[in-house]
Order: sequence, then structure tokens, then C-alpha cells
Amino acid sequence: MKERDFPLVFERSTPGRRAHGLPEPDVPEVPLDELVPEWARRRTPPALPEVSELEVVRHYTLLSHRNFSIDQGFVPLGSCTMKYNPKLHEEVARFEGYSRLHPYTPEELAQGALRLMFELGEELRELTGMDAVTFQPAAGAHGELTALLMIRAYFAHRGEYRTKVLVPDSAHGTNPASARMAGYGVVTVPSDNRGNMDLRQLEAALGPDVAAVMLTNPNTLGLFEEHVDRIAELAHAHGAQMYLDGANLNAMLGITRPGDQGFDVMHTNLHKTFSTPHGGGGPGACALLVKRHLEPFLPVPVVRREQDRYLLEWERPQSIGRVRAFYGNFGTLVRAYAYLRTLGAEGLRAVAEHAVLHANYLRVRLAPYYRIPYDRVCKHEFVASGIRQKQTSGVTTKDIAKRLLDYGFHAPTVYFPLTVEEALMIEPTETESLQVLNAFAEAMMVIDREARENPEVVKTAPHSMPVRRLDEVRAARFPDLRWKPERRSDP
Amino acid sequence: MRYVPTTPEERAHMLRTIGVRSVEDLFADIPPRVRLKAPLRMRPSLSDPDLVRYFRALAEENAHAGKVVCFAGAGAYDHFIPPAVWQLASRGEFLTAYTPYQPEVSQGALQAGYEYQTMVCELLGMEVANASLYDGASALAEAVAMARDLTRRDRMVVSTAVHPEYRQVVRTYTAGLEVEVVEIPHQGGFTPVEAVARVVDGRTAAVVVQQPNFFGGVEDIRALAEVAHAAGALFLLATADPLAFGLLEPPGGVGADIAAGEGQPLGSPLNFGGPYLGIIATRMSFVRRMPGRLVGATVDAEGRRGFVLTLQAREQHIRREKATSNVCTNEFLNALAAAIYLALLGPDGVRRVAELCVRKAHYLKGRIADLPGYTLAFPGPTFHEFVVRTPHPADQIVRVLAGKGFLAGVPLGRFDPELGDCLLVCVTESRTREEMDRFVEALRQVV
Repeated sequence: MKERDFPLVFERSTPGRRAHGLPEPDVPEVPLDELVPEWARRRTPPALPEVSELEVVRHYTLLSHRNFSIDQGFVPLGSCTMKYNPKLHEEVARFEGYSRLHPYTPEELAQGALRLMFELGEELRELTGMDAVTFQPAAGAHGELTALLMIRAYFAHRGEYRTKVLVPDSAHGTNPASARMAGYGVVTVPSDNRGNMDLRQLEAALGPDVAAVMLTNPNTLGLFEEHVDRIAELAHAHGAQMYLDGANLNAMLGITRPGDQGFDVMHTNLHKTFSTPHGGGGPGACALLVKRHLEPFLPVPVVRREQDRYLLEWERPQSIGRVRAFYGNFGTLVRAYAYLRTLGAEGLRAVAEHAVLHANYLRVRLAPYYRIPYDRVCKHEFVASGIRQKQTSGVTTKDIAKRLLDYGFHAPTVYFPLTVEEALMIEPTETESLQVLNAFAEAMMVIDREARENPEVVKTAPHSMPVRRLDEVRAARFPDLRWKPERRSDP
Repeated sequence: MRYVPTTPEERAHMLRTIGVRSVEDLFADIPPRVRLKAPLRMRPSLSDPDLVRYFRALAEENAHAGKVVCFAGAGAYDHFIPPAVWQLASRGEFLTAYTPYQPEVSQGALQAGYEYQTMVCELLGMEVANASLYDGASALAEAVAMARDLTRRDRMVVSTAVHPEYRQVVRTYTAGLEVEVVEIPHQGGFTPVEAVARVVDGRTAAVVVQQPNFFGGVEDIRALAEVAHAAGALFLLATADPLAFGLLEPPGGVGADIAAGEGQPLGSPLNFGGPYLGIIATRMSFVRRMPGRLVGATVDAEGRRGFVLTLQAREQHIRREKATSNVCTNEFLNALAAAIYLALLGPDGVRRVAELCVRKAHYLKGRIADLPGYTLAFPGPTFHEFVVRTPHPADQIVRVLAGKGFLAGVPLGRFDPELGDCLLVCVTESRTREEMDRFVEALRQVV
């Protein structure tokens, strides 16, 4: 460790120091050999840090200061919907009745939890226009895999064998990866010049071997698929299932429903649209919603109501099985349900309206400075491009992203979707104020000016962070994935 | 409107800037055919105090571990969580942060991830761990897919002493992968080494065993690892409670090629089954086949140590359909909590928790075995869980005991009808002798 390096918790360790307050056993002392045979016992202790409680508290508090979050500033990450995470919903989710509930508590003793899941399901079914729901998948991509396995089971049940899944060229990387994990081949369908899926190319790709068309709507360009119902018609004409990647549901709340657009199955990321915290990469949670004909294939168990009792239904002979132990990320469901109950139908529509209003406002404000490849009304996000800056001053989108950090903003999603060169995908969300949007727009304008007048300052950004630009090539070439204790042979 | 700061004046200003007359105009690209025609029928919105009341009432309907004495385990454990764990992990800077794709503003999360990876490696005795997957069951399924890719063999030999829900998830995942899963029935609650040896062959990608196993038994993992390796198969060790390795020989100590399991016991609350923490660790030589995010140490432009997400070429956002897995969102916050938990415990605490679990569980096991009408179902060494044959169907025992303030355990009939009179009982360091003595009395009265 160098003097200027921030220490690892291991480097704060002093042999013999302790932070735990564990008791002595209150049961008769029996020699350990009588309890666990010698051959099964561990020989060398793990080299965990030996620190005091204050050292732990200080270490992780100081680490938190080296981390940017919604609570500190604007995170305009396209497709990630980084909106405010209400404190009330955090508090509610930590009630002991939820946080200390064992998953194998008999159903009659877990009625509150089952009812919560049932009611959340009802709300989401109404909001999306779908018929049935499972919360078992732990995240959006997990929901994609679940859905594709269900589609596989659905076709197997009908005696059909289909081998391909179609995804647009602007799709999230999870779509093709999920399709492969479910055993499907992937065919990419290009976009047309308005940013929609190209209908002619879609027609050419469709056939009796296509199991599903996976669509993101609004798509990753922030554009509503103008022919969504026509796409569904075409897919259905070939017997294929329509899958909605619901990462971008925020723009549709109370305005249009995937179920009415012709989708057979969809996921929604509760940590995006429904405001549960991203947690630095997780946990999220997923609601997977299906139309009636796919319901028999849902993973077990399914929460059901019988009169005024709630129960877990296990006897579902056509179910694909399970994709996770227990019932899903329940603690996250509590937060999502609290969010739904705080807003109600009217509040949700206001969310969509303002998310779209804010995105269009930023789009229009940035349009004189950055190329906007699809300059039409956007939904909750839009894609800009740093191509002009790159061509005139050699400043790349990555440089722009790093320079934004100096101005107190998290960078937008960069280099995605893959269909736009030097892409900057910006999603302001409904919870940011006009003042924040203006400050962000001004920072983007200043960076554009800097790119012309003083490109070096952008190319070497960030300048105000605890570390400067990090050597990612070195990290990949010489992987250092764990700290190693000195004076001890490796495991 | 709650959580929307924009005032009507600001709204009008934005509309003017955009050059449209109303918000409606911003939705003109949505075909009227697919527009909502009637308002949604949803439950009415609740004020803050009403919301608290509603959610508290629902929460209190549940027999949670603060209300009943919890002897249930089976993959979800009521270990004591030091308050510092979640007071730190819930700091807004961690809780409301995005995935650390911009490392310069995410050093806190990245360094914590690197520390987590190190601690998991230390606890499991493995060379490399990722920065978390969804849960133990799906981590095991990912490990199975990894074993198939590494060996190019398509047969998995799985002990039925592995958690039944983990095995179900493995079967679901493999449905798409053209992998054959062969289950070896447990004998008396343990994995029969000879039976495994008879089945393992040149087509076997991996032998999958759990330690401690689903019934709480301490498996002879060394012998099982040898059987796997003798046939050129990988040895894949699952676990539902890695704290056991505070006392038991860890996966790395017996040459496990992949360790996969559940990290909930490391500082995550029961939460009715989630969010939990999927752990996967392996040999360094297999790292490029490992799914999930990895944090690596590197240097910045001035030579200072810093951390980045690395080896991303394996991941879905780069490699798309050729990725090692589709995992995108992980369980980072739970991984952070695990790191803080393990830092608070240290080597001494981890060993002590494991010892307390074993000593207390054996005390209760002995006392229940002495009760008339109750017997131990499976003789053999156990860690913090054991299976009891009950004088009445086990789910009835659980129901009656619930009325006396105990969650008596997990009835095994739900997994295997032949085990309808079997109760899986778990004791963690959180249980006291007084609670156990009262529990024994309550069990005695049921007979």
C-alpha cells in the first residue's frame, strides 16, 4: 500500500482485535471431537480482518463517501430509471414482521406477507393489462430467462419445437444472453430510420421456427415502437409469443398497457419503475406477468386467494419448476408495493407524464450542442451522440462522461444502444427538479465548449475525484481479484 | 404530486421550451388503438401515516422470528446480525447507488466488492469469488452451467441430500441446456460415496454435493471429491450456510472446483426468502468461465490503487448471446452487508458462531432424542440442523407449537411424502438454553 492509497479493511487489521460481542456457550461444554469429527474440521482459520467495531464503522463510512448515489446527486442513466427512493418505504420494509419472517413459516402464519404479494400482483396486473404474475425471478434478466423457459414449455405442451428468438438490434444485452440460456438461437432484427423495429425485416425473419419476439418498449432509443400492435399481429400470425422487456415501463404508467399492445408475457424491474433502491447493482426484483394461456407454466409456488385466505399453490403440473429458492426478493416487493400504494393510479400517471416531460425538455435543450440521431418526441429517455465532439476535437463520449463527474453529475449510460455511435443515453426521471435539469444541461454545454477550446481538460477528466482515470486494461490483463495476506501461502 | 417536484408553472415553461402545447402532445406517437380508454382500477393512494398503519398491520399478521422462537432453517437462517451491518449498508451512498460502471465515482462500492470477494475466498478456501449472484439455488444452477462449459460434458450427478429447491432450480435451468441430471438418493441422510462412484463416468461434468447437507449432516466431502476427480469430473460443493466453514473444512480444503451457495447467513435478514445472496467461487484458472461481476484492483493515472469492474468480456452487455450468463443485476447490497458482517466477526467470531451453533444444536438434539416419542431420523455427524422423527405428522407438530410461541422447524413432508413424520430442526447462536428447554417441554406435551 502506498501512502496515498485508501486502505483495505484487511490493512487496518491488528491481530487479536475484536468487534463481535458473541457469548460463551450456555450449554454444557462437550469436547468438540464428540460433536464434529476431527477429519471434517477446518485446519487454518480464514484470514479475515481483525478490527474493532469503530474501525469497521469508520472504514465503511469513509468508503461510502467515495461512492456517488441518488441521495447525493443526479444519475441520468438511460434504461436504469434512477429515481428517488423514498425513505418511508425503506422503513416499512424493515418492519420485523417482514424482515424476520422465515420463508417456511406455515402459510396460515404468514398471511400478511402472502396478502402483500397477492395485492401487489393485482395492482401490477391492472397496471400492465396482464392476467397472472410471479415474483420469483430475482431481477429483470432472471425474468427473461423464466419467461423463455415458460415459452419453451408452452410450445412443448403443444407439440411444437421452435428454435429461434428475435431481438431488435437495440435490445439490452440480457435479451440475447437469456435466449441462449433457454436454449434458443438469436436472430437480430435491425431498426428502421425512425428508430422502430423494421417491419419488413421482421416479416422476413418470422417463421414457424420463431418462438418469441423480444421487444423493449419504449425501446432503448427512448422511442415508442409506433407499430407495436402490428409487430404483435405479425408475430402472432406465425404463432410466436410476444415478450416485453419492461425495463422502460416508467413512460407508460397509466397511459398505455403492454397487455393491450399485444404482449403475451413481460417483466418489469421493480427497482427501476417502482422505485426500490438499486443498491450499487442489486438487489432488484422482478414481476413477471403473463396472459392466461401461459399461466399454467409459471414457476411454483403461485400465491392464490381462497375466500379471505392466502395460500401458496404447489400443485401445478405444467409449471417449469423454480428459478430460485423460496418466492423471490420479498423485501424488495414490500418497497415496491409501498410505492404503488403511495401513488395510486393518478400518481402513477403523473410519474409517466413528468418522466416524459423532463426527458423531452432535456432533449430539446441539448439538441443545439449534441447530435440527436432520432429527433422525434421521446419517451422517458433519449439518446444523444458525442460524434460531433469526437470528429471536431477528438473528445469521446467516454471523456464527456468522465468530465460530467467533475460537475457533480453521474454519467449517463454510454456506448449503448450499440446502434448509435458515441451514444449517450439520458434518462432524467420524474423526480428531478427543473433546476437540476438546467444545471445538467448547462454542464453539457460547458463540456461542449471545453471540447472545442480546451479538449485536454475533458480528455484527462475527472480531476476532482478521489482517483483519476483508472487503468481498466491492466485490470483485465493482470487480474487482481482479491487481497492476499502476506507471509502466508495461498490457499 | 408525491415525489414529483415540478410545479404547474415549471411544467408550462418546459412545454413552451419543447414547443408543444400540452403533455398529451408528447404521447402523440402512441397509437390511439393501444391507449388506455378508462382510468385504471387500482387501490386508492395512502397518506404516509395511513401507509405505515396498513403495512404494520400486515407485518404483524406474520409469525416472525421476533415473535416466535425460530427453530426453522433449511436454507434460511436466523443468525444474529450486528446492528452496524445494516446501519452501514443502508447508508444512502451505498443503498441508492447505481452499478459501478463509472469507477471514479464508485470506489466505495468497488472496494467493498473487492473486500467481499477476498472474504468469501478466505471463508471457502477458494481462489476467486465474484461479487454475488441472486441466491444459493440459482448460484448452484449457474455453477452447473459453468461445469458443463468447462468440461464439455453434459451429465450432472447430484445428491438428493442437496436442498430440494436448489435441485429444482438446477433442473429448470438445465431444461434449456441439454444437460442430464442424475440424482443419487441419499442413504440415511447422507450421500452414499459408493453409489456416486458407480454412477460417475466419462460423461459426468460434475458431482454436486452440499455441505452441511440439507438434513444438517456433515458429509465426507473429501471422499466425494476424490470420486469426482478420479473420473475427470469437477467437484461442485453447494452450501446453504457458509458460516459452517468457520469450523468445517472448507470447499477449497478438499479440492472443490466450484463452490456455490447461499450467503444469507452472512448478515442478511430472513426477509421471507429474499433478497438473499448467491455466492460462487472457483479456481483462478476457471475465472473466465465464471458468471457475474468481478471487481479487480488496478491503478489510476497517478499510480494510486483503485478498483474497477473487470473481465467484463464474459458479461451479457458486452458478449450478448455468447456471455457466460445473463446475470445483470446482482445482490451487491447483500454482498456489502456480508463483507461488513465478516469484518465485524473476524476469524475469531466466525469460528465462535460456528462453535456456538454446533454446541447448542447438539444440546437440543440430545434433549429431543431423550424425549419419549421422538427419535433422530439419521445418525451421523451434524452441524446446526438435524432431522427428528415425530410422533405425529410433522406439519401438525409445527402448527401446535406455533400456538405455544415456537416455529418448531421445517416439516420435510413438503419435499418428500415419505418424510411426513420428519422435522428439520435448526439451532443458531441466537437460541438460548432457556428457549431450547422450553421448546423441549412444549414438544413433550404434544405427545
